[in-house]
Amino acid sequence: MNSVAIKLARLSWRYLWSRPLAAVLNLLVLTLGLAAITLVLLVATQLDKAFERDLAGIDLVVGAKGSPLQLILAGVFHIDVPTGNIALQEVQALQKNPLVAQVIPLSLGDSYQGFRIVGTTPDYVAHYEAALAEGALWRQPMDAVLGASVARGIARAGHGGAPLAGATFVGSHGLGGGGHAHGDHPYRVSGVLAPCGCVLDRLILTSTESVWMVHEGAMATDDEDLELLKDDREVTVALVRYRTPLAAVTLPRRINADTGMQAAAPAIEVTRLLRLLGVGADVLRAFGGVLLAVAALSVFIALWNAVRERRADLAMLRMLGASPGRVAGLVLWEALWLAAMASVLGLLLGHGLAHGLGWALQAQGLLPVSGLVWLPAEAGVPLLAAGVAALAALLPAMQAYRTEVAELLSQP
Amino acid sequence: MIRTRGLSYAYPGADAPLRFPDVDLRQGGTLLLRGRSGTGKSTWLSLIAGLRGASGGDLFVAGTQLGTQRGAEIDAWRARSIGFLPQKLYLSSALTVADNLALAYFAAGLPRDGAAITRALAQVGVDELAARRPHQLSGGQAQRVALARAVLLSPELLLADEPTASLDDEAAADALDLLRQSAAACDASLVIATHDQRVVQALAGAQTLDLNEIGPKRLLDGREKL
Repeated sequence: MNSVAIKLARLSWRYLWSRPLAAVLNLLVLTLGLAAITLVLLVATQLDKAFERDLAGIDLVVGAKGSPLQLILAGVFHIDVPTGNIALQEVQALQKNPLVAQVIPLSLGDSYQGFRIVGTTPDYVAHYEAALAEGALWRQPMDAVLGASVARGIARAGHGGAPLAGATFVGSHGLGGGGHAHGDHPYRVSGVLAPCGCVLDRLILTSTESVWMVHEGAMATDDEDLELLKDDREVTVALVRYRTPLAAVTLPRRINADTGMQAAAPAIEVTRLLRLLGVGADVLRAFGGVLLAVAALSVFIALWNAVRERRADLAMLRMLGASPGRVAGLVLWEALWLAAMASVLGLLLGHGLAHGLGWALQAQGLLPVSGLVWLPAEAGVPLLAAGVAALAALLPAMQAYRTEVAELLSQP
Repeated sequence: MIRTRGLSYAYPGADAPLRFPDVDLRQGGTLLLRGRSGTGKSTWLSLIAGLRGASGGDLFVAGTQLGTQRGAEIDAWRARSIGFLPQKLYLSSALTVADNLALAYFAAGLPRDGAAITRALAQVGVDELAARRPHQLSGGQAQRVALARAVLLSPELLLADEPTASLDDEAAADALDLLRQSAAACDASLVIATHDQRVVQALAGAQTLDLNEIGPKRLLDGREKL
């Protein structure tokens, strides 16, 4: 029984490649459809996971008034510019609120080689449970800790193989790079974080004091000025963890109504964001579906023609004693060959595209997407391919099954 | 061997069945099946090959009474017992000559026997063409390959459908000789369906089933064309 299947497979392989152009075209269409679906699967899953990881444990994001989505994108994912700054005093008042368990302040504004410099407290590192790969956390102002991707990026940018801890760099004003260089206040790298698969990978962390120091130093002309500026100290975003879920009912409303700040619930905003992104994913998925449908149609047409062309061959097989099932199996196997090859190629292409996309996103300091991840759900791709191929082969196989052998004899 | 008693076949929708004369062909004998197109020649052949079920009468072919078996049994019996040389040869253009012969093993569900394929090709003098594709063969070569395929599994009955059509006199004589040799080599009975006078003359005295004699008028009304 087994050897019959092998023989069927081998013979159908020969038949498949007896029409190389049709075979290659069908393979191509099928592969593209499967690759599109693999790509959507990979990217959507990884983005979901990245969002989930970055958002974990953050109940509320407080920042300057503006778009709540922008606030979340800037404050949690660091992929947008912040809405503005808020007064440190207000954040400190928030910290004293009995509904609040923890407040992590973030000060944005500077960057180095396109990587954001974030002034914060060690709580931020602890929140993501990130570990140090090298050196230590900051102990004094102007110490900086590099995220894993940042360290890789800087090392690639010409730092050579030298250890990064102890190196110095100068931040530039603005988040995009190319701004005014804060030459008077160089940072010293005190440590490098191990990759955490979270937003910290893409950030340069330092104390909030460092950020104030850099900017106050740049604005003040004497010590009196510095004292005055101290009262006006600001942060950009405060990440809030509630002490009780009940806080969700009152706290955001109170902040939005009674203070000059804006409170945005990440859960709500990200749902909105994913719905926006989801449209894109749906479009791509639909595109993949259309490609697959075209592939199914194309395979169907090819097999249908093949069965018509090979009517005599198939009838001759019946004459030689092959059962109708075996003749139909020959056609089905031909489709399954296509499905098998297209599955392999489609998965590889999908992963390649995901990797290319991840590379492009990383170059812009955006979300982490990799083509090297294999998801259990991808096991569905060969199944899908086999299903599509079997569906396309159904009618031709039935046609082959019903091959009229007597036609061989009815030549005038 | 072939033995028929009161064999008849009714076309779907036809009012009267087609009745065939009784035939007794001993094992190893030769039968000339004569008849113009439309006289029921192919119908008789497909009945003998178990491709169609008779509507009446008894039919014994190669030691088996046909009509009682299920589909798969008939297919297996045909693979073992019948060699068939179709008029249009039907060599698969997707396969080499050797692989075309191997189809007989595939269809019969037997392991491929490369040595037997070589022997069968050598027997009809085309063993050097084993690696060619059918479209690279001349008409005569292709017919030899098809003949080798027909006798590969040493059938008990060899059916040849118009083996001399479109051949010149010399080639027709050669083809006929080779056919009889091949049948004799595996001690197969040979049935040659033809309306070629050269064959009739060459096989003068052979046992004959002449279907022209059974009501040609009724049969020529086109029902035979499928």
